[in-house]
Amino acid sequence: MSNTASIVAVILVSITSLAVGAFGLRLSRTMSDFYVASRGVSPVLNASAISGEYLSAASFLGVAGLILARGVDMLWLPIGWTAGYLLLLVFVAAPLRRSGAYTLPDFAQLRLESVVARRVSSLLVVAIGLLYLIPQFQGAGLTLRTLTGAPSWAGQLVVALVVCLNVLPGGMRSVTLVQAFHYWLKLFALLTPLFFLLGALGSRSGGPDVGAVFASDWVEPLGGENALYLTYSLVLATFFGTMGLPHVVVRFYTNPDGRASRRTTLAVLVILSGFYLLPVAYGALGRWFASDLVAAGRADSVVLELPSRVFDGPLAEGLTALLAAGAFAAFLSTSTGLVVSVAGVLSQDLVRWGGGHRQGIRAFRVSTVIVVAVSLGLTFVAVGVPVARAVELTFAVAASTFCPMLLLGIWWRGLTAVGAIAGLVVGGGLSMGAVLSTTFGHGSDGWFGVVMTQPAAVSVPLSFATMVLVSLATRSRTPEHVSQTMVRLHAPEHIDLNRGSFHPERWNRRPARTDTSSVRVPEQAEAPEEREPDHPGTGPSAARERPAYGSVGPTARRPGTTVRRS
Amino acid sequence: MSDGSPRGRMPSGEGKRPVADAAPTPATRATPGGPARTRVRVTSPRTSAARTRTVSIASEIDEQTRLGEVYITSLMRSQLRLALGVLLVIASTLGLLPLAFHLFPAIGRVDVLGVPLPWLLLTVVAFAEIITLGWLYVRRAERNEATFSDLLEGR
Repeated sequence: MSNTASIVAVILVSITSLAVGAFGLRLSRTMSDFYVASRGVSPVLNASAISGEYLSAASFLGVAGLILARGVDMLWLPIGWTAGYLLLLVFVAAPLRRSGAYTLPDFAQLRLESVVARRVSSLLVVAIGLLYLIPQFQGAGLTLRTLTGAPSWAGQLVVALVVCLNVLPGGMRSVTLVQAFHYWLKLFALLTPLFFLLGALGSRSGGPDVGAVFASDWVEPLGGENALYLTYSLVLATFFGTMGLPHVVVRFYTNPDGRASRRTTLAVLVILSGFYLLPVAYGALGRWFASDLVAAGRADSVVLELPSRVFDGPLAEGLTALLAAGAFAAFLSTSTGLVVSVAGVLSQDLVRWGGGHRQGIRAFRVSTVIVVAVSLGLTFVAVGVPVARAVELTFAVAASTFCPMLLLGIWWRGLTAVGAIAGLVVGGGLSMGAVLSTTFGHGSDGWFGVVMTQPAAVSVPLSFATMVLVSLATRSRTPEHVSQTMVRLHAPEHIDLNRGSFHPERWNRRPARTDTSSVRVPEQAEAPEEREPDHPGTGPSAARERPAYGSVGPTARRPGTTVRRS
Repeated sequence: MSDGSPRGRMPSGEGKRPVADAAPTPATRATPGGPARTRVRVTSPRTSAARTRTVSIASEIDEQTRLGEVYITSLMRSQLRLALGVLLVIASTLGLLPLAFHLFPAIGRVDVLGVPLPWLLLTVVAFAEIITLGWLYVRRAERNEATFSDLLEGR
């Protein structure tokens, strides 16, 4: 089949993304700060940006592929990815926004008051980010191969390049607009062909072979060995993993306050629920029209191949092109978000050189290139794990590390730095081991092998238990300002209270409440005034500059409220 | 906190309005309708007595006294109870589904409107439940916070 249309669509998406990104850059230059500006953004628009970033290759291609191949049991993936946001909403959304933390390491630093905890979190963010980038690049390679027959590495390289071009000039600021645009593109790209396909299904009475289509092991749940354990492990990983993903957490900063971040998350729930019905439909339709893909080991490409199976001529070409555009938008948005958040953490915590702002930008740019290059390299050596499976494993790591840290840190005063670090190491070590052995193809047999393919049901409880027990054992070392931190996390912003002075930009010199002069002196070299008007700041370090004050100071007060304690 | 006094900025008022109307506060004017009542609220509770209490609770929290801690802990408890309630509902419905499928495989063979029951449960029903729970949670959580800030404002 001719694929000119698809190639044009992919190129168009890449160019449009770069253009929207550049527009965002222009726009934010006229505003003092992107995040301050985005405070006027309605929850729905904000939620589309969040969903645009969240719906990755795994959601766009992988879910349909897995449902085609393995049937009803895989419906837990979209449910888990949505329910993950529900748990994020009820346990984390508002407190995390109120913490003023911009990244997970920021949160660790704020709550645990320990630089070691911060470093461990940074390492984990980088690890999770890289693991999550692998399936994105894989998906890109697969898409281009399906469409053009080009080798997989070509597509991977293209996505890597576009991501770099998008991130390097503007950092975080230019990205958000692109994400919202990508969400609507993805929705449209899945919805339109679906109408045509359903129409074709309606007119074509009596499918090919109904017995094969609705084979009982596909329709009925819990097929295969150890299905119960695997299902529960998957549920645990996805339900609890969402809140621990680095690129998800960053997005919460664009909300004006805790209340708005709850409403945004609610909108995200609606948006995701609507979206996830579509890949399910594609999987089921694929069973009807393209079940041979399973045997060929190309189930992941079912979404892209369906139109050409049902239609021919320009209609098939056009619909395929639309789907290709959507798929490419999915890789771009997720990998851009991931690269930005990982490079931000990397440049801030792990590759620091020089104190000044310009060095900060350089560190961020170098980190971006490092992150993209390393994940590209890992993609080349990783064996062909299905896209959605690889994502699943990343969720398991997030669920066994950051989820317990966030939940216990927000809701339990007793969590100590030592306890959190021990839990991160135990949960992270276990789940990472499992992921690496699966991704790089060292499977083992028996019960142990089953646990290794789906570690969450073991590693998540273990991580929780470690954090609680070690914290109880080191009870004397509870962080000094924990009471104040709890006020900060839970009290609504409009109430005028002392919330401590933590600020993500000054994490390594958190001053006590009273002394200021002695601590402020060394930081003057890189104080915020350095980047006032002429270089309005690039990269996440600049983007997180001012809003962090907002949650602490009187600006957090809502205008309608009366000021007490005058 | 249901002392029947007029509540502050929460127009959603959950049934407190009639009580507020009935309470014969001397400052309350007989004018019916929303705007007039709002105006009264701003001016009326700002007596010296109310203000004294406000100062003390907020600063109790700031000073990290035992009492201040109790206030914050009560807010945390109410929010945590709410969140755990949502978790419990999810765990006892969606969370029990795999077990139900395991114990009663016959569920997998039931058709509803031509769609196998598990497919229906794991798509439309599950998503509807998630959205409903989220919506209920947001409402309740905001109410908890309103109660807390009313408490601090001494109303």
